[in-house]
Amino acid sequence: MTALLVVAATVLVAVVLAVRARRGRDMNLEQWSVGGRGFGSIFVFLLMAGEIYTTFTFLGGSGWAYGKGGPAFYILCYGSLAFVMSYWLLPALWRYAKRKELLSQADFFTAKFDSPALGVLVSLVGVVALVPYLVLQLKGLGIIVSETSGGRIPYAVSIIAGTVVLAAYVTISGVRGSAWTAALKDVMILVVVVFLGIYLPLHYFGGFGAMFHAIDAAKPGFLTLPAKGMSPSWFVSTVLLSAFGFYMWPHSFSAVYTARDERVFRRNAVVLPLYQLILLFVFFAGFAAVLVVPGLKGSDGDLSLLRITTKTFDPWFVGVVGGAGVLTALVPGSLILMTAATMLAKNVYRVARPATSDRQVGVLAKILVPVVAVVALYFTFNGGDTIVSLLLMGYSLVTQLFPAMVLSLCRRRVVNTVGAAAGIVVGVAIVAAFTVSGATLAGLAPWLPQPLKDLNTGVVALVANVLVLGVVTMITRRHRAVRGAPTESVTA
Amino acid sequence: MRLRHLLGVLPVLGMLGGAWFADRTEPYVLGLPFILFWMLAWVVLTSVILAVIYKLDPANRSGE
Repeated sequence: MTALLVVAATVLVAVVLAVRARRGRDMNLEQWSVGGRGFGSIFVFLLMAGEIYTTFTFLGGSGWAYGKGGPAFYILCYGSLAFVMSYWLLPALWRYAKRKELLSQADFFTAKFDSPALGVLVSLVGVVALVPYLVLQLKGLGIIVSETSGGRIPYAVSIIAGTVVLAAYVTISGVRGSAWTAALKDVMILVVVVFLGIYLPLHYFGGFGAMFHAIDAAKPGFLTLPAKGMSPSWFVSTVLLSAFGFYMWPHSFSAVYTARDERVFRRNAVVLPLYQLILLFVFFAGFAAVLVVPGLKGSDGDLSLLRITTKTFDPWFVGVVGGAGVLTALVPGSLILMTAATMLAKNVYRVARPATSDRQVGVLAKILVPVVAVVALYFTFNGGDTIVSLLLMGYSLVTQLFPAMVLSLCRRRVVNTVGAAAGIVVGVAIVAAFTVSGATLAGLAPWLPQPLKDLNTGVVALVANVLVLGVVTMITRRHRAVRGAPTESVTA
Repeated sequence: MRLRHLLGVLPVLGMLGGAWFADRTEPYVLGLPFILFWMLAWVVLTSVILAVIYKLDPANRSGE
């Protein structure tokens, strides 16, 4: 019970911080969702880092080190490559967003392609991708509360309680609350993860080298990439896909808008890769659990960090770990909820009813927060998978927005609205088909060479997306040219 | 294509290429299996490379 009290106290502090952050500000939609575009390096850094240290890192990262071994290292790489990309990409996005006073990701597509209909499509893709992401945060919340209570509070009850706190918190404070809680979260997670990552290997094995040797002896090949399945070609395709998708999450995309100036992004790009090194300690904790608390299969791997913590430490410290974990779910969870609700209100509802006023959109966005939360709750209880596979599914979906976004930044118009829409629809349809049927390339085309079979299926969708985008853009352009032709021949 | 843009390609090559030719546990470096050490080294190098790019980029020079 001590552990649970510490977790509850942490949540209380977070909520108080969030409510205080709101004081003295008129919460219009721009304040609520992009903080009035006045955030400096530190807040933007924390919001962006919110992406790195979510429940996914904390429970999923250690869970993957525990369950899969070597392939977990992909998590280190995709973030780094995304930061390289961010150096050039984010300033361009930010400049455009500021000029056009954009609030959401869908606004970007609407403005760039001058097509509210494309904005609706992008909103829907974004919201659909956010649901598994939110589900994984809720699952994480449930795991933490239930484990820290020693199983006394059932999983279902803790998920529901967590969701209620999350929805209330978002409605009240918007993005300023998230930024403030993010500060608390990052300090806590930093301390907890570094401590666990150093203490556990030393305590149980006497050192990192000794730990890895022991694992390698017990499970040969576990620490490297397997020849089949999660092979190097899986690794490369997954890293690329996740790096492209990194800023395509609607909440990361609009977090870009909160910056005060564009230099913020270039400065952050330099520091963020180093910040990723914390992941190393997450892996250490997960690897320590491999031999100390063996036997967790499949999605139970996500429990490994908390199991080894409970086995090793006093209840109060389990509470601190749990509290840090709850914050890693709360911060991204709140950003996700807020973003999904804003897009549905502004980019879907308002397109259908253009007469809606700004104030009404703001009110509707807040009303939609609990609605989205309930939908995510439904999926949390119906259908389950490990935290990382949920994330990978969401990534495959959001990445489909990447080609049209990047091409739209070109000075010349290389892609038109129909092409962009067709590419996105085809890409998303292929991801959905793979996910729903559970098919793999290896199953569909057993004659392919092994490296091709192991490609992440999201890559197949991405390639199809780009092809369709190109072909449709060309056809619709030529179509226009043909329509123009007769008059030309007459005059000639 | 300026030099600083080309520098940005290095981390991509290092990490993705590493999936093939660094995919082994031996030799252990700093107690880490070689593949983990390799990826980690590239995370640090990514930061270093971006710092160099930042320095070279005239956009960051104007005082504010």
